[in-house]
Amino acid sequence: MTLEQWLYSLPVRFRSFLHRSQVDQEMQAELRQHLDQQTRENIAQGMSPEEARRSAVLTLGGITQIEQQCRDARGGNFLGDLMQDFRYGFRQLWRSPGFSVLAIVCLTLGIGANAAVFSWMEGILFRPYPLVAHQDRLYAVGGIVQGQSNGDFLSWPDFIDLRRNCTLCEDAFVTSITGSTLNIGDHAEVTTGSIVSANYFDVIGVRPILGRGFQPGEDAGSNSHPVVVISYQFWRNHFKGDPEIIGKTQRLKNVPHTIIGVTPDGFYGTFVGRAIQFWVPACMEETFHGGGYKLEDRGARWIESYVHLKPGVSRAQAQEQISALGARLQNDYTATNRGRSIKLWPLYETPFNHAGELLPILEVMVAVVAFVLLIACANVGNLLLVRAFVRRHEMSVRLAIGASRLRLVKQLLTEGLMLSAIGTAGGLLVAYFCRHALVLLLPTGVGAAMYLPGQMDARVIAVSVGVCLLVTLIVGMVPAFQTRHLDVAGPLKADSSGVVGARGRAWVRSALVVFQVSLSFILLVGAALLLESLQKIRTTSPGFSTTNVAVTGVSLVAAGYDIPRASTFQNELIDRLSGVPGIESAAFAAVTPLGYMTYPSSPIAVDGYQPAPDEQPEIEYNRVGPNYLATLGIPLLSGREFARSDDENAPLVAVVNRTMMMRYWRGQDPTGLRLQVKGRWARVIGVAADAKYESMAETPKPFFYLPLRQDSSREPELNIRTTQPLQSTSAAVLREVHALDENLALYEIISLQEQVNRATSPQLVAVTLVSILGGLALLLAAVGLYGVMSYAVAQSTRELGLRMALGARADNLLRLVLSRGLGLTAAGVLFGTVMALALTRLLGRLLYNVSPHDPVLFGSALVVMTITALSACLLPAWRAARTDPARVLRS
Amino acid sequence: MSKPSDLVQGTLDMLILKILALEALNGWAISQRLKQISADVLGVSDGSLYPALQKLERRGWIRAEWKFSENNRRAKFYSPTRLGRKQLEKETAHWNRVSTAISGIVKLKEA
Repeated sequence: MTLEQWLYSLPVRFRSFLHRSQVDQEMQAELRQHLDQQTRENIAQGMSPEEARRSAVLTLGGITQIEQQCRDARGGNFLGDLMQDFRYGFRQLWRSPGFSVLAIVCLTLGIGANAAVFSWMEGILFRPYPLVAHQDRLYAVGGIVQGQSNGDFLSWPDFIDLRRNCTLCEDAFVTSITGSTLNIGDHAEVTTGSIVSANYFDVIGVRPILGRGFQPGEDAGSNSHPVVVISYQFWRNHFKGDPEIIGKTQRLKNVPHTIIGVTPDGFYGTFVGRAIQFWVPACMEETFHGGGYKLEDRGARWIESYVHLKPGVSRAQAQEQISALGARLQNDYTATNRGRSIKLWPLYETPFNHAGELLPILEVMVAVVAFVLLIACANVGNLLLVRAFVRRHEMSVRLAIGASRLRLVKQLLTEGLMLSAIGTAGGLLVAYFCRHALVLLLPTGVGAAMYLPGQMDARVIAVSVGVCLLVTLIVGMVPAFQTRHLDVAGPLKADSSGVVGARGRAWVRSALVVFQVSLSFILLVGAALLLESLQKIRTTSPGFSTTNVAVTGVSLVAAGYDIPRASTFQNELIDRLSGVPGIESAAFAAVTPLGYMTYPSSPIAVDGYQPAPDEQPEIEYNRVGPNYLATLGIPLLSGREFARSDDENAPLVAVVNRTMMMRYWRGQDPTGLRLQVKGRWARVIGVAADAKYESMAETPKPFFYLPLRQDSSREPELNIRTTQPLQSTSAAVLREVHALDENLALYEIISLQEQVNRATSPQLVAVTLVSILGGLALLLAAVGLYGVMSYAVAQSTRELGLRMALGARADNLLRLVLSRGLGLTAAGVLFGTVMALALTRLLGRLLYNVSPHDPVLFGSALVVMTITALSACLLPAWRAARTDPARVLRS
Repeated sequence: MSKPSDLVQGTLDMLILKILALEALNGWAISQRLKQISADVLGVSDGSLYPALQKLERRGWIRAEWKFSENNRRAKFYSPTRLGRKQLEKETAHWNRVSTAISGIVKLKEA
């Protein structure tokens, strides 16, 4: 249609939409007039008035049909039809509330699960930082060692070069997660904060609601600007929303910081998984992290950086420029940057926060909820089919009186749209209530500190509406497809009763059930694999004993201890603790295994080991006190572990692990040999067995230990081997700590088993989510199977009665129905198995020591599926068995 | 009520446009005129006329006005729009081309 034509026809369209009844009346008047005129003409030709009238009607044809044809020809009355369809559809849904409620519940669950996962993806991966501007152009930047896939941090000088040289970047900023312990009563509360560059608030476009952000240059120098911007939450909870807060001080790491600003409500910083409570400038890094002044040290990598790309710049373009810069830095600063490059990551792959570990889970979840939605759609499609069968009379009549097939399809689609629109509204509500639910799936100890919000923004709603339309098409098309088989004579034909399930329409319904069973079988297999994987990961030996070991800490820095005083305190505390009944040994360590802190790493050198040209051996290590290995139960393979005599005045010593011995000394016992750490030579005095250090899923890696006293350290954690329960241990430790200093506070005390549980919480989240959704899928599939079977039984009462009259026993009929239900299930499981064999590989990263094709797990999924199918078929089968032949045959 | 199936698609539209181009008429008069021209050959029933008129109006080719007829009765009179006249020209040219071609083929002598 040309534009001109469209303009010409506009008035007609408007009239037929706005004045529908008037247009109809005019049309009727016109046709009446035609008849009148024809009648007069006929009379003039000599017919009697009655005859003239009848002849006129005959020549014109059926008035009603012509009227409908005229309406159809005028057509295009899309909105009018739609309104009519909506009113009609609503009446239809209202009239069969059981059907409507079931369909809407199915769709609400299906669409709600999708919307919830979308909102998590949005809030955690795509737009994770509320109030931060232009997140679509925000990318994470970090260092990467050549040949490795895991990203790490940048140094401050590298960052300055990046900021200066990246012309495709609008700007870059620094964050580094940190914490400070606030003493509240006799317990210590850890507050999460960020160390940021001075441009931080300007680049992310967040304006403090009170005071100011940082000024240029406030990040320069060494501990030169003790200023802090606090979060709205911090301001509310700790300062009761004091309007005069600006200029007051807050002690952080025992240093008084001047409060210069308060961020707006709803801003949580830029770290996925945590709500940041305070921000300090980069110059304060040393205060928070210790380990010397780093802003001029290119080898000290601690920076999590982000860049804003200029509009229209692609990640590949920016990466090219940044890689070139990385190569230049390698050349210019060989000592620190050899073998290192700089890499850009999209926000959802950010290597230094929880986005990375949640990404594989959410990826799998997208597939899982899509399955659940398809199963729900199949259910609704099945329900609509039943209704289409009930309504075939109505449909045929409408066809007979002149409705076009297209019009009927439109009507059915409108009904589908109403169902899915209500389902979507309900689903969005479900998702809204579930938006913070991810944290609930985590173990309490982890969940309390985590902040993983879903985000219900326009994009999530748009995607959900898209899903809604898709669902409409799917569920509306099933019965619309069936109108193909309708013909005007349809309702006149006798209802023939067939064999159970042998009618044409049942074929489509059975196919839908088979489809549902296969999808839910896949989900069952997935859940079984993940569950087994979690079992394995939790029962794998971490290389240290998890029972009888408790971990806690004493906040010495907050109490103003310097290093010599802290060392003395630590020795005294260990002495006192060894006298406590039940405590077998105790040792301090800078980092506890599988905790949230990362291990430092150092370049190493070994006599007789020649690294490859571009290899710079860099190995993680831990700083531990005397008796650490014994306390944790890590076996010593050779030599000895640290003693109290290995202090700052003694020769430097180290203990290496087995993998390190295998790789750098080719399996020879290195006890007594030299190891260069951070440029200084230490003597290896022992070899420890391998253990898990950062994650239960890691493979054995080289690792070594240094004595706590020979390496400056921040607040170490206390490991205690005890036979007593946690609570009494906690009380005993607090008593001993207070005996030394009344003002000290104790960290939360947890067992190492709890630590392991926390470390495996991503796997737990995956298992929980897949199990919940797998259960939901199973339930929906069972409802589908039940629906099909009970419908088949209801339709075949005549046949069942006949069989019974001919001598079939009740258990024959029971078996007949059950075997048909199991047949459908078997077909579904077969398809499901084929698809699952191809699909479970996608779980890859989430599986630990479990084959994605494990036959035992497939078998257990089969058992669950069969039991579910049997219970779904039991009621219809029982009904079939109770068929009363006399009553059925009489009717 | 059946559509004139042997009538080439769109021909009825052209006939109506042609008739209306000469004079604005009401429905009944159009049907009389159609019959006069060739009711037997074309077999246009009155029943198919009205949907066709609705379609033409919707396409913006004709417009309808309520006027008084000769015998002083209010009736709906149809007349072509500027767009309709253009369409008629186009259709006529097309028809001439097609019919010349077809009659040329029909007149071919068998060898």
